[in-house]
Formats: sequence, structure tokens, C-alpha cells
Amino acid sequence: MMKRRSFDDRALILFPIFKILIMSVLVFIDHSEGQIKKTSLEALSYGAALGKQMAVPAEGVLLGNVQEDLSSLGKYGIQKIHQLNQESLNQLDAEQYIRIISTIAESSGATVIILSHTNTGRAIAPGLSALLKAGLVTGATELPHTENGFSVKKNVFSGKAFCTVSIKTPVKIISLNPNVFPVVTGTGTAEIIQENISLKTSAVSIKSTSKASGEIPLTEAEIVVSGGRGMKGPENWGPIEELAKLLHAATACSRPVADAGWRPHHEHVGQTGIAIAPNLYIAVGISGAIQHLAGVNRSKVIVVINKDPEAPFFKSADYGIVGDAFEVLPKLIQEVKKLKGLA
Amino acid sequence: MYTMKILVCISKTPDTTAKIAFTDNNRKFVTDGVQWILNPYDEWYALVRAIEIKEKDPSAVLHLIMVGGPDCDVVIRKALALGGDEAIRMNTEPGDSFYVANQIASVAKSGGYDLILTGKETIDYNGASVGGMLAAVLDLPFISLAAKLELTGDMVTLVREIEGGEETVEVKLPLVVGCQKGMAEQRIPNMKGIMGARSKPLKVMEPVAAESLTEILSFELPAAKKGVKLIPAENAEELIRLLHDEAKVI
Repeated sequence: MMKRRSFDDRALILFPIFKILIMSVLVFIDHSEGQIKKTSLEALSYGAALGKQMAVPAEGVLLGNVQEDLSSLGKYGIQKIHQLNQESLNQLDAEQYIRIISTIAESSGATVIILSHTNTGRAIAPGLSALLKAGLVTGATELPHTENGFSVKKNVFSGKAFCTVSIKTPVKIISLNPNVFPVVTGTGTAEIIQENISLKTSAVSIKSTSKASGEIPLTEAEIVVSGGRGMKGPENWGPIEELAKLLHAATACSRPVADAGWRPHHEHVGQTGIAIAPNLYIAVGISGAIQHLAGVNRSKVIVVINKDPEAPFFKSADYGIVGDAFEVLPKLIQEVKKLKGLA
Repeated sequence: MYTMKILVCISKTPDTTAKIAFTDNNRKFVTDGVQWILNPYDEWYALVRAIEIKEKDPSAVLHLIMVGGPDCDVVIRKALALGGDEAIRMNTEPGDSFYVANQIASVAKSGGYDLILTGKETIDYNGASVGGMLAAVLDLPFISLAAKLELTGDMVTLVREIEGGEETVEVKLPLVVGCQKGMAEQRIPNMKGIMGARSKPLKVMEPVAAESLTEILSFELPAAKKGVKLIPAENAEELIRLLHDEAKVI
């Protein structure tokens, strides 16, 4: 009996070593208009860091094709890129993506799958989780803890709190919040593996696609300039747009502004609009209702410009100016022009 | 004539102004004094759009489903006050998204629903997962982040948000849709709706066997801000220097 036990113990010691050889971290690489998304570069860097932490290789999967030479993605710490080079996969097809990623995850021995918590990630991560019976944490904000079990931190209560979630299944899926993990560039070349997986007829037929070209998508923007009711009307948005343009920032607005039709709905940030986490959020004429804060309080630096010194937003701000937006904004624009050597 | 069957998945969340605090070694959310509401994405977008479809086609059957204990009934009645023929409550504490999706799937499978609507996410756990998981479990197409939905016979035209823009897609029923802003406008229940909701059936069903794949270990609040640095309006340009030299964000 004792002998049997010790044999089992030895097997248990050896087994994890054997498993390490076939384990990997697999990162889904999203792209649009032939360009790899910045959020995917963050996910690649995150996946590479996690692979290092777990002492397993990090690999990528790209569906469709991009202009960039994929082997250069090795510089983010990725060993292999699995590509299924089919033109039709350049457009989001959630069912197809889920089926292909799960097939590649299984054949490559992926034990952790990383996606970005973006529009694409939202479309595919849950289905992938259900198909693989792999526990999913969406909106992760940090690298997982892997020493004792596997747990990862995420945002909850619309940015008002965090929680740490343990994933209990052998395969784990994480979707990473945009702009929480830096893009880390080193050197290296990735091996490209052309996958051959047959496509199914899609249940979803795409009739038309419209992409706002030239505009910086709100969820990806590093700087966001946002206006509220204090801007008094849609005709006064010129300075906000000008400041945003100078700072390579996206423009946003509060809910009352979107509801009044002053600005399009897709600019509405807040609890029931879009949640963003830029490096810099400049709020002009926004009082800072709790519902608005929920959508922006993950911003690294918050600037509040409001003529009401009692505006609650000042309590959550890093920098503030109590003053009239129409006097303050031109000064800021002038100063940014000087900084950029434009004036 | 064919009777269209719609299932709307609803959830309860703390009111948007609720104080967020934790107890029991940061393992539990403090529910004392919390006002529970219907998750806004489920209510304003999924439920109201389903009600609009039923208003156009009164033969359509509209069911609501929530996974949770008896304390959910008040919120379910509020949803019924807006519309819907009946509600189903799966009588179990909601585990993780996979557990909840499997509870809903058990009802959806036997119910023969043509259209299953959810909100894009709940405003408390922000999982944004139940709809996509439900679709995968049921082997149905899933359209996420849908901002418009139009029905023509058994063909559904949807506008969904994709990376950097939007897309118009066509899908045949049945399918699962995650709804967001644009889908419908918020409604306030009227007295007739509130009175009527009391007599609508609320079926309580016992849960099916399902597992949770994840588990919340602990909560934490974000670090408090250091306090605002105020710059006098007459020296507004100083802000740009601080953002550049001190905060290093521009």
C-alpha cells in the first residue's frame, strides 16, 4: 500500500512537467482595415507576460489577413502565430470565429486564451467559454495570480469597484480591458503556422459596414475631451473638437447631451453608455453625476473644467479649473498649439 | 398564423446611485439600504424593444425570465408592469454567467422561443457574457451590441456595433441578441400596467443541474484620489504645462 502511494506521488510530481510541454497561452489578434488593433498589441504583450509567468510559450491566432508581416509580432514575445488566411474572415463572424479559435486552442494545447474586452471580444469570448467549458473573466485589469490556483482582477459595479475572480476550469479565458496593460516591445520573430480549417456557411449575412474613418474610436483613445450641458448647445462644440484634434483625442459627451441630440449617441460615456479608461479625460461643463463617473472613473488622469465650484466632479478630479469653459478652452488650445510647436 | 415567441432575460442590479461597499472580509457586497432595479440594459433596450414588437403584432407571446431567489419578485413585477405576458423565475442564487446561461437555456430549449433578448451587460458584475453563452449552449446565432432590430417575417435585420463602426446584418430566427442603446427608448410604467402586472403569471421553477466555472474571491474599492489640484482660470494655460511635465499624459 505504501509502495503504491509513493509511486503515485512520483507520477504526480512528473505529470505537471509533462503537461508544461503541451501548454500554451493563446492570444486572439483582432484587426480592422488591414491593421492590427492596438488593443490586440496590448493583449499580445499581456499574453507574453503571462506565458513568462507560467513558463509556457505564448502564441497568437489571427483570422483573415493584415498588411503587416506576422512574423514581426515576435517582438511582443510571441513564439507562434496561427493564421487562417481567408478573406471572408476579415469581417466579424462570431460563430465562425468561436469554432476556429476553439479548434486551434485545442490543437495547440492552449490552457489560457486571451482576448481584448472590445466589441469583437464581447461578441466571441462568451460563446468560446461555453463551447470549451472554460471559465471566463471579462474586463480583466491585471495579470492573473497563478501561484495558488488561478485568479484575475476585473472591474465591477461599472468601474466603481474591482473583484478578484478564480477560474476553476482547466482551460481559462480572459478578456483584457483596453488601455490597462502597456504594449511591450522587444525583439524576436514568430513562426507562422497556416491553419487549414474549413469554414461553415454563416448564419449571419453582413449587408453593410460603416466605419468612422479618421476618428479615433472612444474606447481606444488615450485622451478624451468630453462636453456636458455646460456647453449650452451643439453649436458651441468647436473648441472641444479643436482641443481634441490637437491632442489626438476622441470626443465624448454626457448623457443629457446625447439625449438632447446635441451629439451622437455613440459619444455618450457613462454607466449606460460607453465605459472608457483613457490616460487623460478632460470633462468640460459636466457636473459629474455618479452615473457619468461610473463610465470614466478608470481614467488615469481626470481634468474637470466647470464654472460651478460645487460641481461633484471636482471630488474625483486630479486637476480642476473653476471657470467659464468659453474663456478657458481658447487658452488651453493656444497653449497646446505652443507645446506642439504650432504657434 | 404563426405565433412569435419572445423571451427577454432580465436581471436585478443595485440602483445606479447605490453606495458600493463590502463586508465579510471584502467577500460580500453590502445590500443594506440598496434599492434594487431592473438592469437598465435589460429594461430600456431588450424589454422595451420586445414590447414594441408585441404592440405591432399582438399575437406575439412575450415571456420574461430571471434567475434568482424570491427577493427578485418585486423587480420582476416592475418589469411586468412595463409589459410581457408572463414571467419565469428560476429559483436559485445566480452563480456565474455560465450557470445563469444554463438555467435560462433549460427554459429556452423547451419553450420554443424565436427571439431571445438580453441587455448587453449588467451594471453590477459587467460580465457581458450570459447572452453569448446562452446562444452557444442553444447553438443559435448571437448578435452582440445590437442598437437596432427590425423583423420581417422570420428574417431579422440588426445594426450592431463592431470595432470602430457599425454593421447591418441579417439573420433568420431563432437567435439571441444582446441589446444596447439605440434599440428603444426608456418607458415609465403607467398605472394600468402596474395594476395589470399583479395578476400576470409569475412561474417559479426549480433550477437544473449546472456548474459555475468561476467564483468571486474578493472585492475591493479603487484607491481614493489624492484630491484635486485647482488651477486659477486666469492661468488656465498652466494646466497644459502640468499635464505635460507633471502628469506626463500629453
